[in-house]
Amino acid sequence: MKQFMFLFKGGDDVWDAKSTEEQSAHMEKWMQWIGQMAEQEKYVGGERLYPTVKTIHPGGKKITDRSFAEAKELVGGYITVLAETMEEATEMAKECPGLQWESSVEVREVWPDEA
Amino acid sequence: MVAVLIKIFGTENIELAEDVVQDALVSALETWKYRGMPDNPRAWLYRTARNKAIDIIRRKKHSKTIDFSDPERKLLTSEYTLASTMNDFWKEQHIQDDFLAMMYACCHPDISQENQITFILKSLCGFSTKEVAKSFLTTEDTISKRLYRTKEYFRKHKIRPSIPFPKEIGTRTSVVLSAIYLMFNEGYNSTHDDQLIRKDLISQAMWLCKSLLDSERTQLPEVYALMALMCFHAARIDSRITEEGALILLADQDRSIWNTELIALGSKYLNQAAFGDTLTTYHLEAAIAYQHCTASSYDATNWKEILRYYDLLLKIDNDPIVFLNRCLVLLELNGPEEALFMIQEIKDHKILNKYYLYHAILGEIHERLIQPDEAIKSYKLAIELTQSKSEKKLLSRKIAHILN
Repeated sequence: MKQFMFLFKGGDDVWDAKSTEEQSAHMEKWMQWIGQMAEQEKYVGGERLYPTVKTIHPGGKKITDRSFAEAKELVGGYITVLAETMEEATEMAKECPGLQWESSVEVREVWPDEA
Repeated sequence: MVAVLIKIFGTENIELAEDVVQDALVSALETWKYRGMPDNPRAWLYRTARNKAIDIIRRKKHSKTIDFSDPERKLLTSEYTLASTMNDFWKEQHIQDDFLAMMYACCHPDISQENQITFILKSLCGFSTKEVAKSFLTTEDTISKRLYRTKEYFRKHKIRPSIPFPKEIGTRTSVVLSAIYLMFNEGYNSTHDDQLIRKDLISQAMWLCKSLLDSERTQLPEVYALMALMCFHAARIDSRITEEGALILLADQDRSIWNTELIALGSKYLNQAAFGDTLTTYHLEAAIAYQHCTASSYDATNWKEILRYYDLLLKIDNDPIVFLNRCLVLLELNGPEEALFMIQEIKDHKILNKYYLYHAILGEIHERLIQPDEAIKSYKLAIELTQSKSEKKLLSRKIAHILN
């Protein structure tokens, strides 16, 4: 099994516009999605990120309060999962509930630990 | 509530679970003092405990205290799933299952029976150490030690609460039943100074037993028998004390206020208990209670039948307290001489000597034999040994009666 990381991007505006009830109903879907992967022992872990950004630019001297990216490119969080292939991981990512709320998911393979 | 939290944090973190409950209760008292009691205090407490549990999970995420590798806990590690997973833990059905599962965990075969019951009473039934001590006729110090040992056992072996498999369920359930029975007895004959009968404990014990009966896995004859027994006893609650809280003995109770519904319910359970070929002490005790409940007056009590049940009881388990109660039946059936003769057999028993009922019964026998000095001496000892004000009062009345 290889490790893949799902990067969730954008969707913060949609999230902010929803009511608390809608938000927790939405998180319920996240739990089912991740819960299913966990049941199949394919879930490794992950974190959610606040939208506040400070970017340190190359050279390390210039710091800005926003990222380079557009709001929809802003990484809102990530989870790590196990899959045999990139294709399988991509299929898994298609079920992400965030896709319904204008998030996109970027699937990336994680460099393996040195054996 | 503790059961749910133990499920969340793991049996090795019982203190953590207890702390959260403690914290939730303290916040409740502080908040309710200013804003008044909420419409649904139970839901309020659960929500508060849930939020405190979330805080702890966030704080301990990277420490080794909680075992997050457990599949049930994996989803607590990420903010994506923490809140929903946590809500899942607090669903009504889960709360009740966790409670039963935790009872079974406490009744793990490798933990001594005494420790098992001690732990259930203390951590799941909200007993104070003092109350547990009285139930066991022992000291608070002993109880604290037992609690500590059980916690250590859980920690070392990472015991997970679950309802056992069918092949073990009989033996495992019997320990659960002893705990429920002890809880009921404590409610029926409370150690609390001012309250002789604690309906909260009684209803909790009956509710627990009922929830065993609600689950198909645990519908065993002995569970029905215990339920029947508790119904019969509970039916007589209101006739046992006067409005001032003084104790009324069976002979003097107003039988017209006995709860006929509960007696009928008890009879129904007793019938259900009759399937299979299991005959437990609960069956016999229920049968005895049934005789009392259906006798039209004290004099009409079928003492012969009751004596027969006591003989069967002693065959199953040579328990000194059962023996003591049998002496009481002999007193009614064959008079004080024979009762005195029998009770002498256990006069050197160490535990019974510290049991107020032994001395109270001895006092009664002496009183009927018209030996006032001995009777008063025994009653006085009994007064010293019970913490219940009502029982002290009753015994003092008896002494006063002799002196007049």
